[in-house]
Amino acid sequence: MQPAIDIVAVPAPVRLFLRPLPLLPLRLMLERMVLGLIRRRPGLFARLDHHAEKTFLIDPLDLPFVFRLKPRQDRPTVEPLRRGEEGMFDARIAGPLGALMGMIHGAFDGDALFFSRDIVIEGDTEAVLALRNALDDGEIDLMEEAAAAFGPFRPAIEPFLKRATPIAERVTGLPLRRVDTMQF
Amino acid sequence: MDRLELVCPAGTPAALRAAVDAGADTIYCGFRDETNARNFPGLNFSREELAEGVRYAHNAGVKLLVAINTFPRAGEPEKWHAAVDDAAKYGADAVILADLGLLAYAAEKQSQLRRHLSVQAAAANADAINFYVDTFGVKRVVLPRVLTVQEIAAINRQIKCETEVFVFGGLCVMAEGRCALSAYATGRSPNMNGACSPASHVVYREEGSDLVSKLGPFTINRVKRGAPAPYPTLCKGCFSAGGYEGHVFEDPVSLDAATLLQEFAKAGVTALKIEGRQRSRSYIQTVVRSFREATEAQAKGLPIMANELKRLTEGQTTTAGAYAKTWR
Repeated sequence: MQPAIDIVAVPAPVRLFLRPLPLLPLRLMLERMVLGLIRRRPGLFARLDHHAEKTFLIDPLDLPFVFRLKPRQDRPTVEPLRRGEEGMFDARIAGPLGALMGMIHGAFDGDALFFSRDIVIEGDTEAVLALRNALDDGEIDLMEEAAAAFGPFRPAIEPFLKRATPIAERVTGLPLRRVDTMQF
Repeated sequence: MDRLELVCPAGTPAALRAAVDAGADTIYCGFRDETNARNFPGLNFSREELAEGVRYAHNAGVKLLVAINTFPRAGEPEKWHAAVDDAAKYGADAVILADLGLLAYAAEKQSQLRRHLSVQAAAANADAINFYVDTFGVKRVVLPRVLTVQEIAAINRQIKCETEVFVFGGLCVMAEGRCALSAYATGRSPNMNGACSPASHVVYREEGSDLVSKLGPFTINRVKRGAPAPYPTLCKGCFSAGGYEGHVFEDPVSLDAATLLQEFAKAGVTALKIEGRQRSRSYIQTVVRSFREATEAQAKGLPIMANELKRLTEGQTTTAGAYAKTWR
């Protein structure tokens, strides 16, 4: 078997630091990002079709929490949840945070991550494929979405993100930006 | 020597742009319905996306083909006819067809639109190919992945159209367009519904350290921790039969014929097809870029090194398939 794609795990001290943090601010931030995404990229929902009504558990195995995503067009939600509190879901996608972010940012191929077993899926395979294909076509950049989530404060935040993101990438090894926008 | 034409897949508009930017000569894609053999959730093009894709490709001097390569249901050909008409309407350079009736429709109603014969037609000898050329004006045939390079050369000496061969990606060794394995397990087939082993019938389950994959009611594979995860297609399943335990039909390996490009050119092949409309833009960009470099080397008569794309493939292992006849 070929070596797996080079994926860096979130360092243990960072995991420890994150564990006690309150999840509500993260939830509010993520939901603003998803709402913005929906406004700017309605085509995502055409690709998700009826799978937009499903519940996805996004499980970064090297983080102390998981994300329960309900990508409904009228009222999308993203709930960060502590491990053990995942609840019900239709489909689960699990893997290191770097693999999941790399897939969203076009750095890694989802099938290759699956073949090499860097990611694991369970539940509704069709829903997972629909979500994967919709996100891939969306050419999403989470840093751009994060900047946009600050609304009127975006002009103040964006220069900081532009400077900080490449540094954070070098320090963590995580693909934090869309691959073809590395100049962001 | 002329450079072989590189025909690249696109399952989404983002993948199409990635393929064009990475050096594709030609893109193939399909509409978002059962008229094409990659009818997967979240994949393929609306009519508007196709129109935009044609513009993007043509602006870069790249051709765009539309695969309409499933077989129309009896009594309901309208959706397939509309796909042919819309491919012509939105400026596609050719349609890739398999069904005799649809070829007849396209030849009659959209005679100006170039017609390619899909691998789904399983035309694997000169007589069959010449029938399609003479009857429907087919300009290119996509050859099945069961021929040796010598057989391809022999066919090219006897036919009146171009040939296109698969060079990288999923490896199907069944008589394409005739395979009923997926339909047996799920009631749905690539030939009629556009999906082999449809995701709606696929289940993965972890049992201890094993990953078990099922298709409908059948367990297709059970792999140990650390082993590559296969997609549960029946032809690549691991079975016990007749005292043998293993991959009875086919190993879960992928095709990579990069080292055979010079031989393909000498055999009279016109174009190389990369499989993978279901794959991401990351895969498309990496594979297309690699094969663009390989075809540049081929045109200059330079040696072509085996590429390093195994990590992207099912089985994490590649083969030259039937082309080199070293394969079970």
